[in-house]
Amino acid sequence: MTSDLIARLGKIVGPRFVSGEAEERYLYSMDQGTMPPAVPDAVVMPADTEEVRQVVALANELKVPVVPMGAGLVLSGLTRALKGGIIVDMKRMNHIIEVNPKSRYVVVEGGASQGMLQAYLKKHHPDLKHSMPDAPPIATLAGNVCIHGSGHLSVLGGSHSDMLTGMEVVLPTGEVVRTGSCSVSDGWFARSPLPDLSGLFMGWSGTTGIVTKLGIKLFPKYRHNDVLVFVAEDADLMPEIIYRLTSTQVAEDMTPWMTPKPDWARGFLHINIAYGAHTKKELIFKRNLLQASVREYADQKIAGFLPLPPPQKGRFLKIPSPDLARFADLRKGGGFEYVGAIMAIEKFADAYRAGLEIAEKYQVSYSLGARIIGAGHCMMFFFAYAFNRADAEDVRRASDALEATNTAALEMGGIPWKAEEPAQKQIIEKMDPETFALMEKIRSILDPNGIMNPGNWEKK
Amino acid sequence: MQHEEILHRCFRCGYCKLPGNYTDINCPAYLSFRFETYSPGGRMWLLRAWLDKKIDAGARFAEIMFACATCGNCVEHCAFPEFRDRILLAFTAGKDALLEAGCAPPAVRDLLTKLQNYGNAYGKPVKKYGEWAEGLDLPVFSDQEYLFFTDDVGTWDPRGRDMARSVAQLLKTAGVSFGIIPEGLRSDGNDAGAMGETALLEDLAKKNIDVLRKYNVQKIITLSPHSLNTLKKDYPGFGGNYQVFHYTQVLAFAMGRLTFSENPPPVKIAYHDPCYLGRHNTDYESARMMLRATPGVTLVEMDRSRKNTLCCGGGGGNFFTDLLSGGDDSSARVRVREAADAGADILAVACPMCAVMLEDAMKVENLDASLRVMDVSEIVLERVGQGDC
Repeated sequence: MTSDLIARLGKIVGPRFVSGEAEERYLYSMDQGTMPPAVPDAVVMPADTEEVRQVVALANELKVPVVPMGAGLVLSGLTRALKGGIIVDMKRMNHIIEVNPKSRYVVVEGGASQGMLQAYLKKHHPDLKHSMPDAPPIATLAGNVCIHGSGHLSVLGGSHSDMLTGMEVVLPTGEVVRTGSCSVSDGWFARSPLPDLSGLFMGWSGTTGIVTKLGIKLFPKYRHNDVLVFVAEDADLMPEIIYRLTSTQVAEDMTPWMTPKPDWARGFLHINIAYGAHTKKELIFKRNLLQASVREYADQKIAGFLPLPPPQKGRFLKIPSPDLARFADLRKGGGFEYVGAIMAIEKFADAYRAGLEIAEKYQVSYSLGARIIGAGHCMMFFFAYAFNRADAEDVRRASDALEATNTAALEMGGIPWKAEEPAQKQIIEKMDPETFALMEKIRSILDPNGIMNPGNWEKK
Repeated sequence: MQHEEILHRCFRCGYCKLPGNYTDINCPAYLSFRFETYSPGGRMWLLRAWLDKKIDAGARFAEIMFACATCGNCVEHCAFPEFRDRILLAFTAGKDALLEAGCAPPAVRDLLTKLQNYGNAYGKPVKKYGEWAEGLDLPVFSDQEYLFFTDDVGTWDPRGRDMARSVAQLLKTAGVSFGIIPEGLRSDGNDAGAMGETALLEDLAKKNIDVLRKYNVQKIITLSPHSLNTLKKDYPGFGGNYQVFHYTQVLAFAMGRLTFSENPPPVKIAYHDPCYLGRHNTDYESARMMLRATPGVTLVEMDRSRKNTLCCGGGGGNFFTDLLSGGDDSSARVRVREAADAGADILAVACPMCAVMLEDAMKVENLDASLRVMDVSEIVLERVGQGDC
């Protein structure tokens, strides 16, 4: 069966780009997080939409599971082949197809990376930028949109899924469909005013189709950029501070962070506020607005802006920042994973305390933080735990801490983001049964053979 | 295995796959094969899995390990300070362990056998080492300032020989005092070391050191950046201490002595930084100094240059073993496309391996009507008016 599968996949993509070898099956069985391995039968790398379509058609014929994968950096094991089958590694489809500068959008293939788009825009459209997540630059745009990611323009533009303007998707039954304006016209400028079918493919953990193209919004790139860091000691103040800062409608990105290292940061709650301007005068004006919005706290000497030496400011302005990846080396063990919970901002202090308690209880190295989404409409609060991959006990502690964090996030009314398969079950437990029934109904229509990333978003 | 204690520390974040400006994939093996297994992080995790007996050492694993071109992009761009300095060392140790286990790919085995039996990768007699210089009237090294060391590709490969002859001619024209050793020298051993055969590197190095001692060599000009690397970094450990320069490093300061033809035609040149001159030995300027000092030359930069250079795919023994060839995205083919995109008329090289790899790629890409691959010395010599030596 497997050799037949490999041979037939080879006919579609060429033998160079399919493997059923032990090396690929091993490496693609896991990601960098704590989820246990699940071994695929094959890994395939299509070059275009037609090849993806043929792979899916073959999978339907053979009733073999299909697992789409971008850069495989989700950390929560969503690209593991829980029930075996074919992992479709999309990274050969990494072309930037079109930039529309006047309507400020870009169309890319499903395996295009964040870093490559950043470089492309810098060279060809220096006045434009897209919202980069804190993920490493090899992370894919499609993957991040599909998990409702967020990034350094998320105060300005919301979640990355909010920045989506349209998609081309290979359905689990092999049809190629388009969503958004590109389904009606040549332009990929908006999802409205049509029925928003893009939602069928975002947040579903690859269970409803394979995204082969997508359009995303671009934004003006400022000539002058700056970051302020506001520091407080009382977590209970944070929702109001965030409310006031976002009320200025000036920041592009706001990221609270709380870590025990470096020593000077321990016990304090920091908020990085990134903003930019076309002129220095405009930049000063925006800075004044931000500072004025929270001056009351400084006057009371209960919080204030941190003086930043230029090298540190430069580090904070670096996009993407390698600091997040470096957290994986905290325990000299190459591992970290986090629960990022989408939560209401007023839960900030609860989330912070829960994170500290869990880290203390499970004795894990932690980093806590958040990214504000929209003008303070919600936040992605993250609880990150580093672990030593070579120390099974350390991995288990981190895994237990993550599970406890998922539980705590749900109890606080939050929702674990890009949830691991066990966390998906926890969410389903709390979900309105009719909502889950609708999910199942949609999936049974889209994927009658149950081949798309099975094992995810399932009750049992 | 040496360095095995760092293998699990790789997070596989993927910074190593890209150049510092993220333009495109910059790891030759990953670019060519695209499977995660061929990325530096993939190699790290597979080595760990092999040592933990989770996978066996089969042909695929051996190909993955030996396909590493040792270009150093991963070392340059890894997000983890300290750790990154040991990435290539770990890969070399892994290759060493695979050789010990008898799992080398056939092409690697054959190359190492030739190096062992003949002292060079071409299976040629060491007595004919000086053949490349026939007709140039170059002096045998005696009391000159420098020895000109051509290594395997410059000595035996037709394209490499052209390049060696061009460099020698330019050194002569610039009045540099140098001589050659006509017989007895072996491969520099850089590739043997990069393939994990450190004992063979030591053997080759010691044999060369014996020859160099006989001639009382103190200062060496190398044709190949690979030679520069190993003569500078490895030979002192075997008792060979020399002042070593790549030819561009000597000629960059001799350009003022050259007389150029009047009104040379204008030409746009993209310079391809060789990995072993650039990333491994941090010289990004010497060749550019030569080109800037050459009349009629306009330098254009490719998207990936200096620390971000894209390897030609010939390092780590791959020039001979050819594990990275095949497919549209071999790094040499991608590189010549990049040069064409940059609007270059000439893709300038400063390494004989790069010259061969990129010239071959240019033909495969059908770019030979619009793009020429030329060594820096050939470009300069052409404008001095003695390019047909």
